[in-house]
Amino acid sequence: MNGRRRFLLASAGLACTSALAQQRTRLKFWAMGREGEVVRELLRDFERDNPDIRLDIQGLPWTAAHEKLLTAFAGDAVPDLCQLGNTWIPEFAALDALEPLDRQVAAAAIPREDYFEGIWETNVIDGRLLGVPWYVDTRLLFYRRDILAGAGFDSPPRDWSEWVRMSEAIKARNPKEFAVILPLNEYEPLVALSLQQAEPLLRDGGRYGNFRGEGFRRALDFYLGMFRRGLAPPANDTQIANVWNEFAKGHFTFYISGPWQIGEFKRRLPASLQDAWMTAPLPGPAGPGHSIAGGCSLAIFRRSRAKDAAWRVVEYLSRPQAQRRFHEMTGNLPPRRSSWSGVLEGDAYARAFRDQLDRVKPAPKVPEWERIAQEMRLVTERVVRGDFPAAEAPAELDRRADRMLEKRRWMLARAKA
Amino acid sequence: MSRTALAGWLFVAPAVLAIAVFFAIPVVGALAMSFTDFDIYALADLKNLRFVGLGNYETLLSTPLFWRALANTLILVVIGVPLSIGASLGAALLLNSKLARWRSFHRTAMFAPVVTTLVAVAVVWRYLLHTRYGLVNYGLGQLGVDPVDWLGDPLWAMPAIVLLSVWKNFGYNMLILLAGLQAVPEDLYEAARIDGASRWQQLLVVTLPSLAPLILLVAILTVAAYFQLFAEPYVMTQGGPTQRTVTVLYFMYEEGFRWWSLGSACAVAFVLFVFMFVFTLVQLRVSRRTAA
Repeated sequence: MNGRRRFLLASAGLACTSALAQQRTRLKFWAMGREGEVVRELLRDFERDNPDIRLDIQGLPWTAAHEKLLTAFAGDAVPDLCQLGNTWIPEFAALDALEPLDRQVAAAAIPREDYFEGIWETNVIDGRLLGVPWYVDTRLLFYRRDILAGAGFDSPPRDWSEWVRMSEAIKARNPKEFAVILPLNEYEPLVALSLQQAEPLLRDGGRYGNFRGEGFRRALDFYLGMFRRGLAPPANDTQIANVWNEFAKGHFTFYISGPWQIGEFKRRLPASLQDAWMTAPLPGPAGPGHSIAGGCSLAIFRRSRAKDAAWRVVEYLSRPQAQRRFHEMTGNLPPRRSSWSGVLEGDAYARAFRDQLDRVKPAPKVPEWERIAQEMRLVTERVVRGDFPAAEAPAELDRRADRMLEKRRWMLARAKA
Repeated sequence: MSRTALAGWLFVAPAVLAIAVFFAIPVVGALAMSFTDFDIYALADLKNLRFVGLGNYETLLSTPLFWRALANTLILVVIGVPLSIGASLGAALLLNSKLARWRSFHRTAMFAPVVTTLVAVAVVWRYLLHTRYGLVNYGLGQLGVDPVDWLGDPLWAMPAIVLLSVWKNFGYNMLILLAGLQAVPEDLYEAARIDGASRWQQLLVVTLPSLAPLILLVAILTVAAYFQLFAEPYVMTQGGPTQRTVTVLYFMYEEGFRWWSLGSACAVAFVLFVFMFVFTLVQLRVSRRTAA
């Protein structure tokens, strides 16, 4: 190739890219933790098929993500598209920061019925859809099959009374160890047990706490009973130092946790124990119960100027094929039933999750919920440690929740007037 | 204004400007914010902002957790500061002793915790303090003491945090005091020895008075640092168990950055400021009286 031709080619190439650059839409996409690392790879085909979109993907660490998003909102620097924990959606809805997606979903080939009901529900605030589920998360039982078999049971508990009976049998065989671990620095186990009740945790459209209601009292009593009977150690995560070690040693048999733990258990438990553990749906008051609808959604910001491009990414990532690939890369569980067919159905550990996902409920959808849940954890921790009378806990929780919801009540009253 | 005065103002102008922009304006802004209920709703729309006057301060003073945080912080200051300065002084005296061998090695070793990242330190300490396998409990076990649940027992969590902070921070003050010790003139000791003073008397009448101004400085800095202790409970206990290790700054962080109640977080900041200011004034007054 002579010098002249090379120059011509180069300038033609330059002209092409600059013409393209003018048409290309720049799309800022924020994703957290592990998802932020793999999403570029996941979208490689999408980029090839959509040369008019230039993806600008930024990863955020989970610990800083919430703060960073709120600061970005205050500083008018939000991304176009973002991964949002679905418990954060009510908060961003209160900020009116998210674009409703009902119209797009109706027009696109995204069948709403294919999604797990409870998971989809977390994205609907005041009748408007503000996000599309990307992956799901819920809490259920991880348990030691061998210890349970040793105590004379060949299947996991299905309801609360069975769970207590099995735990007592395990404890009786080895009084120095425990049957269940309910870390006192996690509120999820108690929230999951409370969501199994018919009564909601907040009443009057999220204006007041409903902790004095019969439902929460029953869940609290069961939860505290585990400690009262000596079946669960009054400990938090930092005291346990290494959950996998302790699980391997048989320090406890039942552990309530989420899907990411499947990978951790496979990696961290010794080879000799790999056949000894299994997952099971969360036992309910009478038969298999509900659990928390968790996970992450994809949401488009209202201030974005690339909403159409952002929607195309959401649509691409919602395809069963993309969701299956996403699962292979991260272990995250897909929110669509059709994405589960194939490899995932054969996965023995994922099976309980598939079953549980048909019975998940969203936590109360108010921006204050996480703080209220935190107070619930703090009060119950004090009760467990003998620092606060159990009988007064529901009233105390209602008092705290009502105080936190004061601004919300004021806002709602003003909106009405 | 004379030319020299103008020149003077010009010279300090960059610094004054920087202080105004990065200190004075934010402080005034924060004070103003502490009289409002600035929160997530106000972030959405300023029309949702309510002026609450001293409401935040009132709520704060009637919040049990705030008082607990304040009590926790005072425990930290009252136990931690003397321990910390004592450890620094002891280490400095040992290093300054003529009998000390491998002085620079020991100095580096004792300064190492100060420059080590706290997150790594926390991991190691969590194992040291572990109820079942911890070295601390092993040592106590050898002495016949029952295992202590350091990070889980509401009674012992704070002492564990104090222990960690003292260990982590004493090296810094040690260096300051060591520099002061090396500046004490040798003839003073010689004169004291000729007068027949014992080692203990030499410490009391020569060393400590010579170090007094430095000890005051170190005390003020350490008190300020312990009042603002945040990272240690944050990485070790997240404020638990039963909020026994929530410090005032930790409380403020949660209010402001976790729950986004910036109005009440600002109120916490000002209450803490008043406390530190009063404490430092008392320190200065006491030291002036003892010096006089």
